[in-house]
Amino acid sequence: MNTTFVSEAVRQHDLRAHAISLLGPLVAAAGLVWAILQPSRITLLHPRGQGFYWLAIEPPLYLVAAGIVFTVVVARPLLADLESHRATTR
Amino acid sequence: MQPPAEMVHWLFAVGILFVGLCLFAEALAGREVWHMRRWRKYLWPSLTLVLGLFLWPVMAFFTNSAIHMYAHGSWADALMLAGAAELGLVHGRLKSPLWRLTWPLAFVITGTAFIVHEQNPWLFARSAFLHHLIGWTFIVGALAPLAIAIRPRSAAFQAMFAAVIVAVSIQLFADRDVAPIFGHLSPLAGQQHR
Repeated sequence: MNTTFVSEAVRQHDLRAHAISLLGPLVAAAGLVWAILQPSRITLLHPRGQGFYWLAIEPPLYLVAAGIVFTVVVARPLLADLESHRATTR
Repeated sequence: MQPPAEMVHWLFAVGILFVGLCLFAEALAGREVWHMRRWRKYLWPSLTLVLGLFLWPVMAFFTNSAIHMYAHGSWADALMLAGAAELGLVHGRLKSPLWRLTWPLAFVITGTAFIVHEQNPWLFARSAFLHHLIGWTFIVGALAPLAIAIRPRSAAFQAMFAAVIVAVSIQLFADRDVAPIFGHLSPLAGQQHR
């Protein structure tokens, strides 16, 4: 196979793998930025007088959790599979 | 005992965001790689089905108007149908590619329900604005799953589909029960709170 095509395929593969690995951290970072911009949304920092729902549902923390869960549960195994698929099709 | 409506929207936003992330990852990795693990190919269709299921309690407990109940009931149906059809397709039990049309159908039903059940104008309050915006996002965004139904292996169309889902999620995160939108808040909306 032409080496130009091979190197282009490898470069595209690396870009895709990089993008997948960034998805979760980007979401978690968005949650962190939100928490910094609106600390009042993190009621755990000032729990006195807060009702159950305001303590249980804190969207910036949910964003961070979603990013972490996606990275660990979905992105990492997917990247491993992408790598093994690349190795078998090489 | 009921949570404020904005919190219900945020909880759905998390679930919808996760579905969007899975769709983005599938578009980037390719369907072949995404399906390499059995559990993964069922992941986002199952989540969609579960989100549809959770729309039923929203319909049952938030009974502030009949139109609200009809809207939530109809998009619970539509979301469950789309999730179940996708499960059938990835499992191989459903063969006809026409089942992929359940997604644009679900988008159009959901979008229409969002617009119809918001009886206030766009600038009444932030929640009214977002209901209109989400409704139109779904209706225009229905082109993405429609394009996938025509070209199911297109990564670009799948990324568009994911982008629509993530956009809806962001809009749901921006929802507040009583808050201004672009400086507008109708006095009829009530007292602004956090």
